[in-house]
Amino acid sequence: MYVAVKGGERAIDNAHDWLAEERRGDPDVPELSVAQIREQMTLAVNRVMAEGSLYDPDLAALAIKQARGDLIEAIFLVRAFRTTLPRFGASTPVDTGTMRCDRRISATFKDAPGGQVLGPTFDYTHRLVDFMLEAGGEKPKAAARAARDTAPKPRITEYLGRDGLIEDEVPSEAEPPDMTRTPMAHPAERPLRLQALARGDEGFLLGMAYSTQRGYGRTHPFVGELRIGPVAVEMDVPELGFAVEIGEVVLTECETVNQFAGSRTEPPQFTRGYGLVFGQSERKAISMSLVDRSLRWEELGEEPAGAPAQDAEFVLSHADNIQATGFLEHIKLPHYVDFQSELELVRRLRREAGADANPSTGPDAEVAP
Amino acid sequence: MRPRSGEGMQQADRTAPETGPDMEGAARRHWMGLLARAAPKTLAERLATFDHALPAFAWLRRPETGSVMVRGRAGGTGAPFNLGEMTVTRCVLRLEDGTVGHAYVQGRDERHAERAALVDAMMQTSQAESLRAEVLDPLTEAEAHARAERAEKAAATRVEFFTVARGED
Repeated sequence: MYVAVKGGERAIDNAHDWLAEERRGDPDVPELSVAQIREQMTLAVNRVMAEGSLYDPDLAALAIKQARGDLIEAIFLVRAFRTTLPRFGASTPVDTGTMRCDRRISATFKDAPGGQVLGPTFDYTHRLVDFMLEAGGEKPKAAARAARDTAPKPRITEYLGRDGLIEDEVPSEAEPPDMTRTPMAHPAERPLRLQALARGDEGFLLGMAYSTQRGYGRTHPFVGELRIGPVAVEMDVPELGFAVEIGEVVLTECETVNQFAGSRTEPPQFTRGYGLVFGQSERKAISMSLVDRSLRWEELGEEPAGAPAQDAEFVLSHADNIQATGFLEHIKLPHYVDFQSELELVRRLRREAGADANPSTGPDAEVAP
Repeated sequence: MRPRSGEGMQQADRTAPETGPDMEGAARRHWMGLLARAAPKTLAERLATFDHALPAFAWLRRPETGSVMVRGRAGGTGAPFNLGEMTVTRCVLRLEDGTVGHAYVQGRDERHAERAALVDAMMQTSQAESLRAEVLDPLTEAEAHARAERAEKAAATRVEFFTVARGED
């Protein structure tokens, strides 16, 4: 427990002024604009939108600037802003099948119907630092163009589903639970889990997903399909009496194809894991789909392996970096009274054990709580 | 584009009987979507060059920024879930002749919502034709151009793995 403390106002004001100065850095170096961050630190902006759980590139860019590039701090700012917004409603579920794909790959079918499109990817780069970027002023070579591809890009899982090789995703119009309105309750159904994962910390989900690949749990995933691109967001507007498009969001979607479930009555089928994330957030979307699949063990009738990534309560309670950082970082705030009582306890125990006959006076040694 | 003075907040419900024939509804849905997707700067520029005076209006609901929960579906086609929110700004205004314009636009730009609602209202008046030619058509064109450019870049990164004919072909 920490306690309220008084005093220190001037020190706090001065600390914040210094923070602002440090944020700006060397004044001889031009100041970053929010637009520069939005356009040139796009993937950081995407991460802040995804984990801040609010799609607004300008706001995320501003938060990154204010947070000096500390992305969790920026996510914190976005989450705090989010709570001030009145909720106008919910969109109709986005149709990722109509995505205008910037990228669309499949690791399961070389000649995936609709083709494979690499898009602006780091894959196949050499991961060598490019010192040309340091020199600056170099205009990048214009991206190549090719005749527009009008072939439809059906879901790979749909393709497998036609032959019954993968479990059906049962369509439903059930109103999903919302963890921003109702506190998380366990056991959490899949829609609630997906919401928690979609806003969860990328690093945490990456670690969890990796653990399943290394044998803690069983997923055996293939990336059936990964697609990135904008989709329309539509909402029913009650005062109009019809649905209108209110904008577009860029999403990353990952569908994994995993090993079989089957029973005496049903033949073996591939099973699914799903990831959907705001922005171009490929690592997160793949991680999410692995963790989603791992958490589905019970509904697929699998025996638990006792792996951390199969424990929904463990995963969902620790995936949120704002909750985590809030609880973790609060221990640096004044805990003087708590600590004083522990200090007295340990002194008493040591006295009783015959040690510390002549205790030295350390800091606060004689101060009453 | 300043609202006339003396207007008061009124219930947006006055606009309820607005569902005309299906065709009309579809056209309106279409332009409302186009306006919501347009970059605020582009819409502002198009309206600035619009060759007619913009009408006076009164607010029925002043611009307000809020959020909309974006939903997805498990597996892309299954049960809905809450993916995360997006910022949206909305407003409702009324022209002097009583025509009501609505806007729900992505982002936090109140002027953008105002312009979108004004265009929505004007599109229901005799100015529709010139507005379509001078504002909506160029917006459609700009959007199509931007989309085509991205699609062409994507097409250039299409992987042509050497293919082996599948058994069933």
